Amino acid sequence: MISIANLSVSFGAVHALTNVSFDAAKGKITAILGANGAGKTTLLRTITGLEEAASGEISLEGTSLLNMRTEDIARAGVGHVPEGRGVIAEFTVLENLRLGSLAAKVNFQDGLAEQFELFPVLGERRSQHAATLSGGERQMLAMARALIAKPSVLLLDEPSLGLAPLVTAEMMATISQLCEKQSLTVLLVEQNAKSALKVAHDAVVLHLGNVVAAASAQEVASDERLRQYYLGLVDQ
Amino acid sequence: MSDVFLGITNGVLYGLIALSLVIVWRSTSILNFAQGAMAMFAAYLGMTMSSHGLNFWACFAIALAAGFALGGLTERVLVRPLYKRPEINSIVVMVGFLGLLESAAAAIWSTAPRTLESPFSQIYFEHHSTTISLSPFALFQIISALVIMTAVGAIFRYTNLGLQLRAAALAPEVARLLGVRVNRLLTFGWMLSSAAGVVAAVVISSSGSIGLSPTIMDGFFVYGFIAAAIGGLESPVGAVVAGLLIGLVQQFLQDYAPSGISSFAPVIILVVALMIRPQGLFSTTKARRV
Repeated sequence: MISIANLSVSFGAVHALTNVSFDAAKGKITAILGANGAGKTTLLRTITGLEEAASGEISLEGTSLLNMRTEDIARAGVGHVPEGRGVIAEFTVLENLRLGSLAAKVNFQDGLAEQFELFPVLGERRSQHAATLSGGERQMLAMARALIAKPSVLLLDEPSLGLAPLVTAEMMATISQLCEKQSLTVLLVEQNAKSALKVAHDAVVLHLGNVVAAASAQEVASDERLRQYYLGLVDQ
Repeated sequence: MSDVFLGITNGVLYGLIALSLVIVWRSTSILNFAQGAMAMFAAYLGMTMSSHGLNFWACFAIALAAGFALGGLTERVLVRPLYKRPEINSIVVMVGFLGLLESAAAAIWSTAPRTLESPFSQIYFEHHSTTISLSPFALFQIISALVIMTAVGAIFRYTNLGLQLRAAALAPEVARLLGVRVNRLLTFGWMLSSAAGVVAAVVISSSGSIGLSPTIMDGFFVYGFIAAAIGGLESPVGAVVAGLLIGLVQQFLQDYAPSGISSFAPVIILVVALMIRPQGLFSTTKARRV
């Protein structure tokens, strides 16, 4: 379980997150929802030490992550697929995946076989440079690169960004499948609230850095006020 | 044939300097204008030991160790605070460091050239009473440069360390998210680069015709820099090939063209090469801001 307690982050005078608290249950998908500027990406970046917290606590299975370096947080089992995917365009698919496996000291060949089974298209493109992949393939590569290290927590920042609806649906199905099979804890940041709520178990709604709701995905999806004012979901 | 040997002998030195620039560029995306001066300073430290009775190989090893240490120290103290600053900051700091090292070397060891005695003869080989412009020392120069070049190329291309070094340079944030200890790797990249440059400086200091002086590496640095730019800044192979090309062109022009042309020919090659392929002849990057 990953716990966030009274987490605040500021950039100068701007309060990006204010007293954010919630728990993400082990083996479940927690969707982090909200409009642009709500603080979703900042939250994930603070968990992995890319942004500094002003106050509060972040813990993984009781161990504080707050004063750890980003690379040590990754080695502790937190995988982060950043916004824009973060694949290294100059590297081939294989090089990207090998890089993902190094710090975790997992067997690369076994991990590779698992990822190619999960994302067969990556096997076909193994020698291609990441720069030549489509948006969907890059997303798969970014996820496979994080998963090959066998993390216990996976942070996904806007995995559907720029993807066609069909590819987004496939991506969400894969995330759901992973969570079930590997007992993976997933924090899923999405602007596309509708597709995120379909696969998530729980949801946290952020608005201008504050938590306005933290409940089961079902409850959030059926709350008319949240749907209308914070998630932009209007019944057709 | 003599021109070819002489051209290769000089070209490998340019290639080594270019290679050391490429290592730093690939691992930290910084152009180290003090590269030559750092190599010079480490070579002086090694050479100082020869006056205490140490032989050539011991002095070489000390210079290499000093190069490693100086590279690591430079990265930790001078370069690390510059990573998130505009590119011009690192250029200014490294040019300032170049001046500092050269002034310090002149103050400590004087400006008069000194030679480190090498165990290799500098007398040209003879074949059937024909003199070949290649000596045992030149062979040592070529072989040691090729060994360093091959080792560095292999590290970057085939090892996990090389993959992590490249990742740390290309996408440090992503590398950190994957558990790569970026800071350690950046320091190592500078140490490796500095040591590669030291090999060139020790060879130059052992050459009876040149010797080591505080500013001796400036000229070699310019041609090494041109070679690195022609090769594409991130390609070790490009650096070596372009270094050899410059050495050969210079040698042929020196013998067959009016005097003086050989000095600025590398600049013309650079301009033509960058007009044809702005990213460098061996770079896989599509474009680069210069």
